Amino acid sequence: MATFLEKNLKRSGLVHLMFLLIAIMFSASLLAAEKAEDNYKTYCWQCHGMSGIGNGINVRDMSVQPRDHTDGKEMSSRSDDELFEAIKEGGQAVSKSVLMPHWDGVFSDEEIHSLVKYLRELCQCQHGNS
Amino acid sequence: MLLISLRKWSAVTVIAFSLSLLLMSPMVVSAQVSGEQILKEQCSSCHQLVGPAPATLKELWERKGPDLFYAGNKYKQDWLLAWLQQPKRIRSAGMFYGNHIEVSDDGDVIKKDTLTAHPSLAADQALAVTDALIKLKPNSDLIVAGEYKPGKISVTMGELRFDKFRGCMACHEIEPGYGGLSGPEVYTAAKRLQEDYMMSFMRNPQAWDPKSFMPNMHLKEGDLEKFVHYFRVLSEKDF
Repeated sequence: MATFLEKNLKRSGLVHLMFLLIAIMFSASLLAAEKAEDNYKTYCWQCHGMSGIGNGINVRDMSVQPRDHTDGKEMSSRSDDELFEAIKEGGQAVSKSVLMPHWDGVFSDEEIHSLVKYLRELCQCQHGNS
Repeated sequence: MLLISLRKWSAVTVIAFSLSLLLMSPMVVSAQVSGEQILKEQCSSCHQLVGPAPATLKELWERKGPDLFYAGNKYKQDWLLAWLQQPKRIRSAGMFYGNHIEVSDDGDVIKKDTLTAHPSLAADQALAVTDALIKLKPNSDLIVAGEYKPGKISVTMGELRFDKFRGCMACHEIEPGYGGLSGPEVYTAAKRLQEDYMMSFMRNPQAWDPKSFMPNMHLKEGDLEKFVHYFRVLSEKDF
């Protein structure tokens, strides 16, 4: 009898463990960071454009044109921290336009760091060195 | 003899009448198709009728129309009924703008030939679908019922807040042909959307739609109500 119970307990324990593992895998996929390129396409294209040169579909009536991310001279004048802050807290946080909103509700810090790296690829530049 | 013949004919008439009734019955049934059934058969290929909202970008890109699983929390009933019979585009660049744009010498432009028109429904179908949609309220916990209190704001002051102070016009048109194109037009927002929903969505868009490309604008509570006043003023204008 004890053996039968033990067996069943072991089996139900295994089942629980399997469920737990599946749940962890599932939640991990939900929380997984998106690729910087995909985030850029989804959220940045609308203003910064498909080529990243600041001519997205929204610019027609804007009072201030979005940054050209391929402009090495402009982009190298900004540190990675400043770019991080502009994305996370919006343009006003770095004394720039209110038209650039906060993206902290959408991106995790990890995703913003990846986006900063992606911007450096677009401009082919580093801070202080275009 | 005559009597037998008459009986025979009346039997034939009864059978023919019964058969015609049987043949007509599918038509009668189709006119009484439930809104839920129409949604499932005709709308579900483009609209999510069951949650949750997209949790990944891939799902977001595949979305062809707005999620309808919380339609009863979101839309105004009279607007739904009218719009379903005479649908008109609300998002200039489609549901996910990234699927409908291309590079041109004048900057990115909308590829209009990739946008499909929404089918229109007959009056009885629109009524059935509206009744079914308005029952879908799984997100009531995100809404504070009666939160919005009607008030007034001038178009100039509303525009100043919406455009200059908060930069929302970057993505939304505030009148036909003026404003951003990636987001839905806001000059019809108050016709379409429940006021308490607008307050809740603007306060935290990601609570409704985690991958929405409307960011959390960190609006002050006072802004939320004033924006809704502004949308109501805009919706009364005859553009």
